[in-house]
Amino acid sequence: MSATLKFAKSHEWVLDNGDGTVTVGISEHATELLGDVVFVELPEVGATTEAGNEFSLVESVKAASDIYAPVSGEVVVVNEALEDAPETINESPLADGWIAKIKLADSAELEQLMAEDAYLATIEE
Amino acid sequence: MSDVDLKRTPLYDLHVSLGGKMVPFAGYEMPVQFPLGVKNEHLQTREKAGLFDVSHMGQVLLKGEGAAAMMESLVPVDILDLPSGKQRYALFTNEEGGILDDLMVTNYSSEAGEVLYVVVNAACKEQDIAHMQAHLPEGVELELLDDRALVALQGPAAGEVMKRFCPETADMVFMDSRHLSVEGIDCFVSRSGYTGEDGFEISIPAADAERLCKMFLDQPEVDAIGLGARDSLRLESGLCLYGNDITTETTPIEASLIWAISKIRRNGGDRAAGFPGAEKILGQIETKEFATKRIGLLGSSRAPVREGTALVNEAGEVIGKVTSGSFGPTINAPVAMAYVDKAYAVLDTEVFALVRGKTLPMTVSRMPFIEQRYYRG
Repeated sequence: MSATLKFAKSHEWVLDNGDGTVTVGISEHATELLGDVVFVELPEVGATTEAGNEFSLVESVKAASDIYAPVSGEVVVVNEALEDAPETINESPLADGWIAKIKLADSAELEQLMAEDAYLATIEE
Repeated sequence: MSDVDLKRTPLYDLHVSLGGKMVPFAGYEMPVQFPLGVKNEHLQTREKAGLFDVSHMGQVLLKGEGAAAMMESLVPVDILDLPSGKQRYALFTNEEGGILDDLMVTNYSSEAGEVLYVVVNAACKEQDIAHMQAHLPEGVELELLDDRALVALQGPAAGEVMKRFCPETADMVFMDSRHLSVEGIDCFVSRSGYTGEDGFEISIPAADAERLCKMFLDQPEVDAIGLGARDSLRLESGLCLYGNDITTETTPIEASLIWAISKIRRNGGDRAAGFPGAEKILGQIETKEFATKRIGLLGSSRAPVREGTALVNEAGEVIGKVTSGSFGPTINAPVAMAYVDKAYAVLDTEVFALVRGKTLPMTVSRMPFIEQRYYRG
């Protein structure tokens, strides 16, 4: 259980870096639904994200799945290591498998995300 | 189709007990993957052995004098000279030269009489059976083997595993077929498959299927494999999927399946023509006049290029379309099959896939993408 991560219903997690930026990835549950990830389409640095809109895409052997931005803002860093090692998303979804860092446009949006136990409860529904 | 209408194979309970993720496929509830996952199931089959349930496919016997002649009238393939105990790949064609289905034909004739064993695709089986029924001559009987399961044991360890249960399989080579007793169960065994690996397809009476499959799965080399890996394995091995890579809209020549058309059935052969669409198909061999051709594509980036994706040339003009595409876990790159304008059906030509507004370079490549490892003795 992580006390610091917050989750969107669409299965992304957010870590508040405390400097106006957040790190974003996808939940362990999402990786289980996806299966083995073979490709991650990273957003472009400088791109604008809008909470709830697609901002990345992950492909498994089976199919492609959109990843939605959990917060609005600007992409400041992307995890380029995923280009050569997309399987990192399966191996370490909540840490090394992060996708991007976003500079928050409105820190109040963080309040709308769920704590991990609340998120896990939505999965069980 | 609602779930209520879905059929189950004799191995349904086994799949569920193994944790198979069941999905609708061709009217059946089939396992798309097991807990191992698609990629690892793929690699398991390439490295050791995998067991596949393909009981949804149609199994049919054609019995009686004239069965081979009847089959030969429906396919551009030499069936009359197919030796007893041998299997051959064939295509049902229509009058326009399009492909109705692809199938495997085995000659099981003996002194007791003429017998062909035919395996057709699940999604086409009702139509194929009607097609054969409509052409049955007097004295030939069609028997639907819906009381039998069909499984495939595939991979480099398949020969060793099979030998443990049925030593007589040791000297079988690719496309050999025999009636054999496997652990006392009466099976039809052929050394063939749909993965590009050595292996066997085994037709088993439904009542014995689970018992025999559990014995296979108890072997340390063998794991259960779902439809997901079945698809990536066949794609890497350059094998067509009916409905995607071959359809009624494609002729065998356009589909690059000229190798499947027996010499004896081509112009100049002793039994030339005499199958639906012969004029069109044999004409295309002679004139080479046709617009599009099936080719293999290897992606230069890591992004998989899926079926339906448009292909363009350097000028951005559409020159083709992907019919099957995925990420090949063994070759570790995106692989696809596509139909392109014939001018681009040249090895090493670069084309571009339009994926989400980007143009991803792909190279026309030889198929199979990885070496087939059939056992030829």
